[in-house]
Amino acid sequence: MTDAIEVVDLEKTFKGAVRALDGVSFTVEEGTVFGLLGPNGAGKTTVVRILTTILRADAGTARVLGHDVEAEPELVRTLIGLAGQYAAVDENLTGRENLTMVGRLNHLPKTVVASRGVELLEQFQLTDAADRPLKTYSGGMRRRLDLAAALLARPSVLFLDEPTTGLDPQSRNDLWAVIEGLVDGGTTVLLTTQYLEEADRLASRLVVVDQGRVIAEGTPAQLKADLGSTVLDITLADPGTAARTAEELSGDGVLLASIGAKAPTLVGTILELPVDNGPAAAIEILRRLDQVGITPSGFTLREPSLDDVFLSLTGHKAEAANGQSAELPVPGGRGRRRGGSTTESREAR
Amino acid sequence: MTTASLPTVSGAPLATGAVAKLRWALADAWTVTRRNLIAYTRIPEALFFSTIQPVMFVLLFRFVFGGSIGHFTAAEGIPYPDYLMAGIFVQTMAFGSVSTSVGLAEDLQKGIIERFRALPMARSAVLAGRTTADLIRNVLVALIITGVGFAVGFRITTGVPEFLGGVALTLLFAYALSWGFAVIGLSASNSETAQVMAFPLLFPLTFASSAFVPVNTMPGWLQGFANHQPVSIVINAARSLMAGPKAAHLAGSTTTSLVIQAVIWCLVLLAVLAPLAVWRYRSRT
Repeated sequence: MTDAIEVVDLEKTFKGAVRALDGVSFTVEEGTVFGLLGPNGAGKTTVVRILTTILRADAGTARVLGHDVEAEPELVRTLIGLAGQYAAVDENLTGRENLTMVGRLNHLPKTVVASRGVELLEQFQLTDAADRPLKTYSGGMRRRLDLAAALLARPSVLFLDEPTTGLDPQSRNDLWAVIEGLVDGGTTVLLTTQYLEEADRLASRLVVVDQGRVIAEGTPAQLKADLGSTVLDITLADPGTAARTAEELSGDGVLLASIGAKAPTLVGTILELPVDNGPAAAIEILRRLDQVGITPSGFTLREPSLDDVFLSLTGHKAEAANGQSAELPVPGGRGRRRGGSTTESREAR
Repeated sequence: MTTASLPTVSGAPLATGAVAKLRWALADAWTVTRRNLIAYTRIPEALFFSTIQPVMFVLLFRFVFGGSIGHFTAAEGIPYPDYLMAGIFVQTMAFGSVSTSVGLAEDLQKGIIERFRALPMARSAVLAGRTTADLIRNVLVALIITGVGFAVGFRITTGVPEFLGGVALTLLFAYALSWGFAVIGLSASNSETAQVMAFPLLFPLTFASSAFVPVNTMPGWLQGFANHQPVSIVINAARSLMAGPKAAHLAGSTTTSLVIQAVIWCLVLLAVLAPLAVWRYRSRT
């Protein structure tokens, strides 16, 4: 199979010496959904902007369907579609006028533009609103129109930069269904997201990006497998108790080693503990908690999520920039890294 | 949302050859022009209030200041309404071209230009489409000003072709200025800034000029500037075309010489500002 996207050692530094990309490489097989996963400021949007010919890389190469984005930008633009984080649709035009404009700028024949517009408005449930100015559209409707515009010329490769950020759950589910449909039609999709659930559901392969570097690559299943088979969530009554529990459990490290557990993480009042053998570990943990007189308010065994993957890879949660979680100082624990900055999105404007 | 009608991949066509590229560049510029014009029709109140201001200027100068300034122009054989018209035209057009900077700053802010950059459209279309739309908008404003001018006593004393030539000259001047405002719009952090940045530039140029009062009524040090800056030269040329050779005489020149000077100014401004705007567009985006 050919590679729809090939990215080798991309580097980009913005004014003010913000290192947005620090040697990013990955390939995307044709006809698949590829996820670029990472927190705000990780460099995801910068990768997309380079691949869509909007921005030039300082170093490295990027190819779309074998064409170098820097050497053949005009050709690349005929092959791609882009739907962005901020629905870049024209406020003053109606939905139909927006699609017509994009169709014309793609140099499609008038009849094709018209019929394709009708078809996409129908597909994205915008027919009733087609001739209303965008001012009357909801956020979800704008996002759908943005995606429709990106699909107008039937691109071979579609770039979706955080397509569902800020959408309500229903709109998000709707968009996911559409994206899944596109791949069945042969489109290659590169999706950036900070929603781990989104990458898990849509992407067949993904890379995890943090501070301009790829820190992991594989299928969602592989990444989860790296973590251990089960996560034990212990909910405590209050943060104080939670901290004490974490100390009791990690203490000398002997208990955790004996049950094959990795370092516990404290998220609010929940202690997350990746373990190899869930039930066996649960028995040991409960026994220890009973000895020290701690009664948890919740005790759950679950499959690891990509959130856990991110945490174990970077030492901080995907949302760590908001300061919502903290890592425990455990023996042999990973050093905590700085949370993602928001510089990227500012530079992108 | 249904996923029933699945798109099969095909992509957009690619231009081959210089002729096809030029044809598409023109088509793209027109597509963006239309998009900008539609935007103007969607906010008619913005267009309405932006034309109210020049109309008020006509009334202000004709009826409030005109009584006293009129003595000076009448002494030179030019009724004040005839003197005023060319000034109002150039001032209105010049302020009208500020919409280029506001429009571009807004498109940058909203990410529309980013979207355009990923489309297989001509790079030139954004700037060409913006300035063309603002030129067309200025034509509409010119019609309104003409109507108001006639209502307050302006009369064509030369001929319709000369009058239209004068209007065309002011439109050309405004078109050249549009490219300058494109540079400002592409440099401003947002559309509000783009708007206010234009004011300190245009205000001295249009008021320290021959637009509303004969320059010889100004203090000597100001006369030097007011006589030779481009706004005055374009106004004097347009006034000579609209009000006849007396106006050229008042400016110490002939109609032909003034028109040539004005056209040269417009072309020089275009030759400097357009590449500057293109350069700014490329480096900003």
